[in-house]
Amino acid sequence: MAVLVLLSYEKGDQIRKISRSAISAAGKLGTEVHALLVGDHLDGLSQKASQLQGIQKLLVAEHAAYAHMQAEPVADLIASLAGSYEFIVAPANAEGKDILPRLAGLLDVQPISDVVEMIDASTFVRPIYAGSILATVTSKDAKKLLSVRGTTFEAVAETGGNATIEKIENLPASDKQLSVFKELKLSQSDRPELESARVVISGGRGMQSGENFVLLEKIADQLDAAIGASRAAVDAGFVPNDYQVGQTGKIVAPELYVAVALSGAIQHLAGMKDSKIVVAINKDPEAPIFKVSDYGIIGDLFEILPQLEAALKAR
Amino acid sequence: MKILVPVKRVVDSNIKPLVKSDNSGVEVGGVKMSMNPFDETAVEEAVRLKEQKIASEVVVISIGEPKCQDTLRTAMAMGADRGILVTSEDALESLSVAKILQHFVTKEQPDVVLMGKQASDDDMNATGQILAAKLGWAQGTFVSKLELSDGKAQITREIDDGQEILELTLPAVITTDLRLNEPRFASLPNIMKAKKKPIETVALADLGVDTAVRLQVKSVAESSSVREGVIVGSVEELMDKLQNEAKVI
Ligand SMILES: Cc1cc2nc3c(=O)[nH]c(=O)nc-3n(C[C@H](O)[C@H](O)[C@H](O)COP(=O)(O)OP(=O)(O)OC[C@H]3O[C@@H](n4cnc5c(N)ncnc54)[C@H](O)[C@@H]3O)c2cc1C
Ligand SMILES: Cc1cc2nc3c(=O)[nH]c(=O)nc-3n(C[C@H](O)[C@H](O)[C@H](O)COP(=O)(O)OP(=O)(O)OC[C@H]3O[C@@H](n4cnc5c(N)ncnc54)[C@H](O)[C@@H]3O)c2cc1C
Repeated sequence: MAVLVLLSYEKGDQIRKISRSAISAAGKLGTEVHALLVGDHLDGLSQKASQLQGIQKLLVAEHAAYAHMQAEPVADLIASLAGSYEFIVAPANAEGKDILPRLAGLLDVQPISDVVEMIDASTFVRPIYAGSILATVTSKDAKKLLSVRGTTFEAVAETGGNATIEKIENLPASDKQLSVFKELKLSQSDRPELESARVVISGGRGMQSGENFVLLEKIADQLDAAIGASRAAVDAGFVPNDYQVGQTGKIVAPELYVAVALSGAIQHLAGMKDSKIVVAINKDPEAPIFKVSDYGIIGDLFEILPQLEAALKAR
Repeated sequence: MKILVPVKRVVDSNIKPLVKSDNSGVEVGGVKMSMNPFDETAVEEAVRLKEQKIASEVVVISIGEPKCQDTLRTAMAMGADRGILVTSEDALESLSVAKILQHFVTKEQPDVVLMGKQASDDDMNATGQILAAKLGWAQGTFVSKLELSDGKAQITREIDDGQEILELTLPAVITTDLRLNEPRFASLPNIMKAKKKPIETVALADLGVDTAVRLQVKSVAESSSVREGVIVGSVEELMDKLQNEAKVI
């Protein structure tokens, strides 16, 4: 049973960790796992991707039309390759969720989003209702299209593999220009990627302003942490949108998640409940976040965060 | 310009959903139901486009039990012009919903289908993309800013590490991020007015659309997020727990 995994990478040249989780998930479905790298100017990335563990073959589709991974041409491309595969797996990030269901429409398949567990080759577990319920679903489609969460499948190693590289020569024509790329606005950050950071520290509405996030940054510096936020904090303009953790934001499962001045709404929990250790800092003893935390401190963030920073420095 | 907005009736997102005692599904009987919040955003955007005279007609469509009429009425109270109700007793998967929508797109010929990026109950995040593929249309997913002009849509999309701006050729399917706007509350006079707006009711069985189940829900279970919640008295105590008990720093 052959599985094709769509790789997702950062605009620099870093294969995303969620791609490596997708490969490990694919390994549970079939013995023959191929990875697909799509884009333009892929020489450096191809070399890197061919060293990923867990794949036998790396397919490379290089064309200017794929430079921005727009769903229309990329789904057409994968559809042209789909005949050889029983499973097609994509990471459940914005890119995978854009492309995979479109592919499903082309192939007339019901896609299965956000898979967190493989029971067998046709039975999967996925969260519904903002993660408060887990559904076990069985697919009757001959070809199965899955997007998988990075948080529950251990990522394969970045190196040590030796996949053969195969350049795809017959790219399907995609001259329709349904969608034209205009501009990319990346949020700049020197911190680790939210979805792969070992420690995440998130702020909520109680932070009061974007300036106050400096208090979180100082702690993040000590722990090499990524910074996240609740929707209320993002909507208030404290931090950029891609900081949002939750049902409609990023899904994270770090070793340590520190929730500062956020109440713990179910939609927020959807994005962080699989974290190993959760710490809550909140001034309201009744805040629901305490019930979903391992450790909590009741108090004012403006007093506690500087103390925490000092304690971390003194380690 | 005509805009079609699919609206799904879902368990209100402020309510904690309960699993049926036999684990076969989620209890929806007697539970407060509302319009999927992502669809509220889509309706709001369509109505604003109409108010700006960019759109000429906003048609809303809902598929499900007859009660979906309430969802259509809510959308019309917000400003949509008319509704289509497709009645079905079954829980339909996104592929089936997309096929039903395709049927009505062919009939209604909208320039834009504007819909939620996901339904807050099943969180599948698939229907819009499937529909776009079936129609051979451009798709703009997770949209937080939308500008429509002659035959084009300029969209800002929320992506993994920031935002992306694309220009789509219309007709197109556009799915909404909650950030696109802040949906209005319908006023009482508008709720009254909406009662007089037309709803066309069609039985799914009469459409001849294949809605055979491909993805069967075998069972559901609650996913608890409850933890011990040890309250510590000081930062020193917290440091001690994290270093010596949890061993994460
Ligand atoms: C369909 C849908 C999808 C959603 N998706 C998401 C999502 O993806 N992610 C998300 O986060 N939310 C999401 N939400 C929103 C969610 O329901 C909540 O509204 C939101 O998470 C609340 O953010 P908050 O906890 O920061 O704010 P609040 O609930 O206002 O909490 C602020 C907290 O800060 C504390 N506080 C205030 N000042 C201080 C201080 N000085 N020191 C210490 N503590 C202090 C308060 O006690 C309070 O507990 C979604 C909602 C809907 C309907
Ligand atoms: C416990 C449980 C058991 C279920 N069992 C089954 C089963 O056995 N078989 C089965 O086929 N399905 C079943 N379903 C339903 C099915 O899983 C979902 O309804 C389906 O996956 C559709 O996905 P979605 O609504 O999440 O679509 P999404 O792709 O997340 O929705 C995106 C958008 O599509 C539009 N949309 C979706 N549905 C409608 C609608 N009805 N009317 C108008 N617009 C709509 C809305 O604009 C929405 O914003 C079950 C669901 C649950 C919760």
